[in-house]
Amino acid sequence: MSQLVTSTSATGTRATRVLGLLAILVMLWVVIGGLVFTPQDVVQGESVRIMYVHVPSAWIAYLAFILTAVASASWLIGKKHSMGFDRFAGASAEVGVMFMAITLVTGSLWGRLTWGEFWQWDPRLTTTAFLFVTYLGYLAVRRLEGSAEQRARRSAIIALLAVLEIPLVHFSVVIWRSLHQGATVLNPSGDVKLDDLMLFTLFSGVVGFTLVFFWLVLHRQRTMLLLDVVNRRGLDTAIANRRAEGSTN
Amino acid sequence: MKDAGFIFGSYLVTLGSMVVFALVTLRRGRKSSGGVSDSDKTWL
Repeated sequence: MSQLVTSTSATGTRATRVLGLLAILVMLWVVIGGLVFTPQDVVQGESVRIMYVHVPSAWIAYLAFILTAVASASWLIGKKHSMGFDRFAGASAEVGVMFMAITLVTGSLWGRLTWGEFWQWDPRLTTTAFLFVTYLGYLAVRRLEGSAEQRARRSAIIALLAVLEIPLVHFSVVIWRSLHQGATVLNPSGDVKLDDLMLFTLFSGVVGFTLVFFWLVLHRQRTMLLLDVVNRRGLDTAIANRRAEGSTN
Repeated sequence: MKDAGFIFGSYLVTLGSMVVFALVTLRRGRKSSGGVSDSDKTWL
């Protein structure tokens, strides 16, 4: 009991503190580099500065959803059905949804400057919005009533289906005629038409957002573990109370 | 800077979302940590 009372540490460790510090440093460069040092684009002018937050947030959202699927598959396939995989999947999806929301908002701000509209029912925008709503649904399913195992199984199956949307989103600009520009960096020809400093800042964004992603996921999955322990204890106590009531009657 | 409102707005939305998510996560962790023994905290 004294252990419970004196316990003050939450979800942080030395590793997460180092990770957090690194993330802050890289993000500082992304903000300063993106807003001050990088040049204007010949066609898009100053609005290209939005690229340094818009593109990394989209890529990290993809990464988050792919990792959610990998962790979900690991839970389904694994003999022990380790709940650690399920918690990682849930945490990764939550952070992914946040990055997807950032992608949609920054994209619509960028769209207003380049196309004159905040939103167009364009293939890339529509499929991205659909992906966002799918993962909101995934998170809603995780909150449904049931045991931890039921939650893990239901959400794992949805995660494995939902991840199939990512290629559709990424290649929507190729498959359909889209207002959205094609891939500037991850294109099949490998021909990157970006100034060196712009490319460096863009990749710094990817690194910075990745560090933020892992920092958030680590803390979030640890919080989920704490909540699972608290809920399990509550259930154990309720069962013990019910048994005690039964034995006295 | 031309269109500064949109550009700064996009950075504000991005960084603001990350900071709010981080603060909420840390707060939740701290809140639920109180009733859990260190032996259950596998990362310690």
